[in-house]
Amino acid sequence: MTLIQVTDLRRTFEVRRKEEGSRRRHRVEVEAVRDLTFEIAAGEMVGYIGPNGAGKSTTIKMLTGILVPTSGHIRVAGVDPSRNRTALARRIGVVFGQRTSLWWDLPLRDSFDLLQKIYRTDPARHRANLAEFLELLDLGELLDTPVRQLSLGQRMRGDIAAALLHDPEILYLDEPTIGLDVISKGRLREFLRSLNRERDTTLMLTTHDLQDIEALCDRVIVIDHGTQVYDGTLAGLHERGGSTRTLVVDLVDEVAPILIAGAETRRVEGPRQWLSFPADASAAPLVAALASSYDVADLSIQEPDIEDVIRELYSRPPAG
Amino acid sequence: MVDAAVAYYRIGSLWVRASMAYPASFWMMAVGSFLMTGLDFVGIWILFGNVDDLGGFSLTEIGFLYGATGLGIAFADLFVGRVERLGQMIRFGRLDTMMTKPVPLLVQVCADEFALRRFARVFQATIVFTWAATYVDWTLPRALVAVEMVVSGSLIFFSLFISLACIQFWTADSSEAANAFTYGGNTVTQFPLTVFPSEIVKALTFVVPIAFVNWYPALFILGREDPFGLPSALQLASPVAAAVMLAVSALVWRTGVRHYRSTGS
Repeated sequence: MTLIQVTDLRRTFEVRRKEEGSRRRHRVEVEAVRDLTFEIAAGEMVGYIGPNGAGKSTTIKMLTGILVPTSGHIRVAGVDPSRNRTALARRIGVVFGQRTSLWWDLPLRDSFDLLQKIYRTDPARHRANLAEFLELLDLGELLDTPVRQLSLGQRMRGDIAAALLHDPEILYLDEPTIGLDVISKGRLREFLRSLNRERDTTLMLTTHDLQDIEALCDRVIVIDHGTQVYDGTLAGLHERGGSTRTLVVDLVDEVAPILIAGAETRRVEGPRQWLSFPADASAAPLVAALASSYDVADLSIQEPDIEDVIRELYSRPPAG
Repeated sequence: MVDAAVAYYRIGSLWVRASMAYPASFWMMAVGSFLMTGLDFVGIWILFGNVDDLGGFSLTEIGFLYGATGLGIAFADLFVGRVERLGQMIRFGRLDTMMTKPVPLLVQVCADEFALRRFARVFQATIVFTWAATYVDWTLPRALVAVEMVVSGSLIFFSLFISLACIQFWTADSSEAANAFTYGGNTVTQFPLTVFPSEIVKALTFVVPIAFVNWYPALFILGREDPFGLPSALQLASPVAAAVMLAVSALVWRTGVRHYRSTGS
């Protein structure tokens, strides 16, 4: 069942720019999003990625009804978001990583109470959800702390609980792991996976962290300069972008550059060598082959950087 | 409408409960606010120690005008005063998060950080109004007009607050300019309009109709002829002015929301 439908979406902003040699400022139209078309089915987990200023947040803001599209159509859960914003609000949850929807001066507990009143969630349902999220997100001990005193990771968990207390069908996350440490990121991903599994919540997240996508999303939509450049699996993106992972090998002795099928030695520094191999290939046979022919002291794998993958994608002429 | 009021009440009462965690600060702010607004009238009182009347109106009549406009702005400020902070809410991204909640945006903006201390203005205006009202020669029609005056006056200021705050959808910080009309309008109508040239009175009637907040209905209640010779029908026209202002503010608000550009990120 299609839950989100976007057709020929376009949004421009008028900005005033000063031109050289002229004192007057001219109005210039900037296209933040153009010709965007995609569908998301119920229960999908979709990564929405792109460089800074690509139009990710603008898209999320149009999907939630905050911004009115300049042209094109959006249907979310069967309605036009900007025209039915308040009605749609009950069915969606939104987390903006850079800002909080909690009340700065109120303890977390009061923020959650206020949300129950705003959404008019059934009190029993609210209590059950709250108990579950407090447990899963490890928030129990923070309930009486004012939001301004929470750390970034704690606040993010609070925000995610806040966005889910009314049982939304869709959860939009705008950079949910930004600024979080590795452990918090891992826990958050685990939580989001279980949310999708147990409650069938549809997830759409923007992120800079390719590991978020790897851990969560079967599907990736890439946008750049406001327009869609890729829609498909993460493996397909790696293939299109020709992205590579790097195997860092620490050998017992200094030897000549490693020669092995399926990988390319990029760099040698004493006993340490860097081998690159296609990101969608498995590292296991490579490691096995290495171990059988060389004395390996240690190994680690570096994931491709999202910015690199996307840069690669753009530097190639669009396929097909 | 009822839904909006209920939502306002729910959000507002939670803010009150939260603020009651600090009772000392609540009382200090309340008393401070009461004294600040009260000092205005003391100023007028002192003036009357030196003159017998102002623009042909006695001290008790001016008290009536003062109390009436005071009640109007006090009720409007109590319920929608927060709308002045719209620009700030836009800058900090608060408006974005409010827009994803299932309560009308205006209700959320106005009920945000609702504080009981804003009742201080209402108390102060009520005291002056009640005192001045004891000198009025009351009849039933006059009493009805008095009720209608306070309701219409509140709605006129209410509409002014909202319409002017909407400028902030386009220009981030214009709350000072808006204050010139709201609190400025309140100050102007604390005096009998006979102290102003007739052009200003016409502007306050037909352009920004704050003369309907107290001046015209008060002429009826005090049993005075219109000093500018304007039709006496104006004295009963406050509800019409309020309705027009409300319609304009609803339109401006809607247009503002649809033109909202959010902030980067």
